[in-house]
Formats: sequence, C-alpha cells, structure tokens
Amino acid sequence: MAVEGDRRADTEVTEPRRSRILGALSSGGDGRRAVAVALLSTLVFLIVVGVVVTHSPGWHEVRQTFFDWPYFKASFPEIARAFLLNCKIFSISECLILPFALLLAVLRSLPGPVFFPLRALAIVYADFFRGVPTILVIAILGFGAPALQVSGVPTSTTFWGIVALVLVYSAYVSEVYRAGIESVHPSQEAAARSLGLTRGQTLRKVILPQAVRRVIPPLLNDFIGLQKDTALVGTLGAIEAFQQASIDTNATFNYTPYLVAALLFVAITIPLARFTDWLIARDRRRRQAHGAFA
Amino acid sequence: MNASAALEIEGLRKSFGKNLVLDGIDLSVGEHEVICLIGASGSGKSTLLRCLNLLEPVDAGRIVVAGEEITRRGVDVNRVRRQIGIVFQAFNLFPHMSVLENVTLAPRLALGRRRGEAEEQARVLLDRFGLSDKVEAYPDHLSGGQQQRVAIVRALAMQPRLMLLDEVTSALDPELVAEVLDVIGELAAGGMTMVIATHEMGFARDIGTRVCFLDDGVILEQGPPEQMFNSPRELRTQQFLQRIVSAHRH
Repeated sequence: MAVEGDRRADTEVTEPRRSRILGALSSGGDGRRAVAVALLSTLVFLIVVGVVVTHSPGWHEVRQTFFDWPYFKASFPEIARAFLLNCKIFSISECLILPFALLLAVLRSLPGPVFFPLRALAIVYADFFRGVPTILVIAILGFGAPALQVSGVPTSTTFWGIVALVLVYSAYVSEVYRAGIESVHPSQEAAARSLGLTRGQTLRKVILPQAVRRVIPPLLNDFIGLQKDTALVGTLGAIEAFQQASIDTNATFNYTPYLVAALLFVAITIPLARFTDWLIARDRRRRQAHGAFA
Repeated sequence: MNASAALEIEGLRKSFGKNLVLDGIDLSVGEHEVICLIGASGSGKSTLLRCLNLLEPVDAGRIVVAGEEITRRGVDVNRVRRQIGIVFQAFNLFPHMSVLENVTLAPRLALGRRRGEAEEQARVLLDRFGLSDKVEAYPDHLSGGQQQRVAIVRALAMQPRLMLLDEVTSALDPELVAEVLDVIGELAAGGMTMVIATHEMGFARDIGTRVCFLDDGVILEQGPPEQMFNSPRELRTQQFLQRIVSAHRH
C-alpha cells in the first residue's frame, strides 16, 4: 500500500515538468529541435557518467560507505536536529550582517576630507576581514575570547562563531553594497539634492533603494556562502550538522552521514536562490504593471 | 543693487581644475522675467544654472535670491534649494518611484507635508499638465516628453520662487518637444520667474523677456529677443546665430 502511494506521489511531481517540456517541444520547429538536442545530449552524458562510475573497480565499496540507506535513515534525525543550529547561526548572522555591512558601505561612500578617518576605517576593515581566512577568525575568537574569562563575556562557542561570521561576511557584503551605491548615477543625487532633500534623506530614499535592488543577486550569493560556512563553527565544538555527521562517521566508519548533511544544506540554499529570482521578477512585474505607453 | 530683483548675480566665477568655465557673470533678473541663455555647447550655460542651485560651489562672486545672499558661508543649502526648482536635460526622475511618489517625495521630506496633503497637491498639478492618467505609472514606462513634464511638476510641487531649466528639450525626440515647451509657456504666462538654457531659438524668441548670449564664460550680449535675434551687435553673436540658422536649414 505504502509503495503504491509513493509511486502515485512521484508521478504527480514529475507530471507538470514533463508537460512543460512537451509544451516546449511542440512550440515550433527550431525550438523543438534545440530542446530535443539538449535533452538527448544531457541524457547521453548522464548515462555515460553513470556507467563509468558504477563499473569502476571501487564502486562497490564507495556505494557502501557513502550511499548506505540504513545508515542514511539512522543518522538523519540527529543531523537534521543539529542542522537547526546551522539555520539559527545563519539567521542571526544575516540579521546582523545586513545593517552592519550597510553602515560600513555608507561610511566608505561619505565624501570630503572631513570624513577621511571614517572612510579609512571602513577600508581597513574590509581589507582585513576579506584577507583573513574565515576559519582563522572563527578559531581566534572562538578559542581566544572565552579564554580571557572576563565576567559578563559569553563563553558560548555558538555566540563567538556568530560574531566571527558577522565580522567576516560584513566585509564582503559591504563591498557588494558599495558597488550598488556607486552604480547609481550621480544625476540621481543631484536631482534629490536640488529639491532640497538633505544628504541623509537622499541616501535613504533615493540612492539606497536603487542600490540595494541592484545588488540582491550578489547579496544572495554571499548568503549562500554564509549558510555553508556555518559548518565552520563546528570546528569550535558546536554540534551543528557537519559536526554531528563527523561524530556519526567516526563511530561507524561509514560516510553516508556526510551525504545527509550535504543534502540538508542544499535543501536550504536552492530555495533561497529561487526566492531571490522570484523577488526580482516581482519587482520587474510591479514596474511594468503600469506600463501602458500612451 | 536692485532690491526688488528676484535674482542677482555678481562677478560669478567657476572653474573645473584648470578649465575656466564661468569668467565673471553679472546678471540681474526681475520678478516674472524669463531669461533665455543661449550659446554654444560648453559656453557655461549648464554650469551657471547648477551654480545658481548650489549644486556646484562657486569660486568667486555673489548670488542673491530675493534679497538673500545664498553664496555666503554657512548658508542652509537645503533651505535655499527648496525655493529654486531645477529641471535637467536628462529628466533624472527617480526610477524606483511612481510618478506620484516622485512628485510628493520632496514636499513630504523637505517641507514636512502630510502624505494626503502632498498627494492632493500633486494630483492637481499633474492634472493641470495632462498627466492625471499617469499618476501610478513608473518613469520607465513614460515617453520622454511625459517624463520631462513630470520632472517639471516635481520641481513645481516645491512651490519655488525661481525655476531653472537646463536644455529640457535637448534629449527629446522632435515630436515630443512641443508638449514640453507648451508647459513652460504656461508657466511663463503664470508669471513664474525662470532662467532657461536652450537651443530652441524660436522658443527663446517667443517666451523670453530677455535673451543672454553666453560666450567663453561671460554674458557677451543681452537684450530683448527681437533685438537679439534681428540685430545682434556683437560679431560672435551674429556668427553663433548664423550657424544655428544654417544648421536648421540642412
């Protein structure tokens, strides 16, 4: 019964996709040929890869150590629970990085000699934290800060892991913001200032809204990187997905738990990418909705 | 100095690096006057307008608007700019805002108007210039002429005492020029004091109360449109107008 149900669910999932491909196939001569060629070449490639891998001398062992279904089922619940910590680190870090990086980018774009010290500070910051490997920042803060034993300073590895990720990723994200700010034409600032808006109002209402819209895709790119780098916090001993998977593999010498962790990461990052595409498309639609050109 | 002048410019100088653009501009503009600045590209028309709006700091000289020197140290530039509207050649509308948002942004932020009040005033202005069906549209989806009319309305929404127009029809397709010039004509008829940099000589003749010929960073010659276009005194003015006329013939 259960098998029957599974199979039915499967066909439901694949049905719309297949019909879309069929739709493209029937849409016209050239398009049909292009799609057919693409499908066929992909299929041939996958078959070749599949045959080579499954007929390789070590395939039997690799399948047992990396693709073992009983181990998969057994390790999944604990790794999934540990993965919640990755999600927590990611969410908290992101909420802190977005405003902090924006502040850095704005500091760096301040004009005139008066603001030189702030500009210099922002530049040194970005240079430094983009230059040091993330894992080192995490290790130095995660092991060093709690060792100071200052009362009131948290000793939680998760806390210091988050601090390290925020410091490092803010440097990257501030550069993304800065590129966005610089891509807004100076005439936009002139127009806003000419209407009597202050520098701050101009930045808030005219420059930043345009800048941020333009950098949403590269921002997302950095956040996918951040989501993956949450695994580095595991090096401090925090039990997140990678660390949990390592514990499992060390106990059994079977590497399937790593596959579990990898799939969990992908399950978050791919929807994140689709979500951003949707945001961009929605913004474009909204701007075109009132586009009756008369 | 004439106390009743809307705008008074004395010895205005401006250079970009070694390039001297304005070399001592003197000009007095009375209330309700429409000054048309003509001259070759690079003669300093745009720079003069940008200086009047304090978008460019001046090197020397004074600018007095309605009795207040706006070039003195420590002047509140934002307060000054609220009284002086400027419209640019490239429209410079805010692309992420609808027409209504473009027009109401400055009244709300710079004048502290409530949203409802600002929107009501904006709708009246947009209606007056034939844009009432474009209130919710975004700039990308307007024609150049419509965009430039919105830019004019945006400046007008601040209720400026002086309007500066910087070659506002130069970026437009020929068939869209008229609708923008009509709007400016209506403003002139309404008594708006304006300084207009333009290449449209016919328009300058029709609308200007005075025409100034800029050459090499100075106002070489000025006078009523009839005199300037029919019997210019300076050789350089004659040559410039000759070139314009022959360019139009081809």
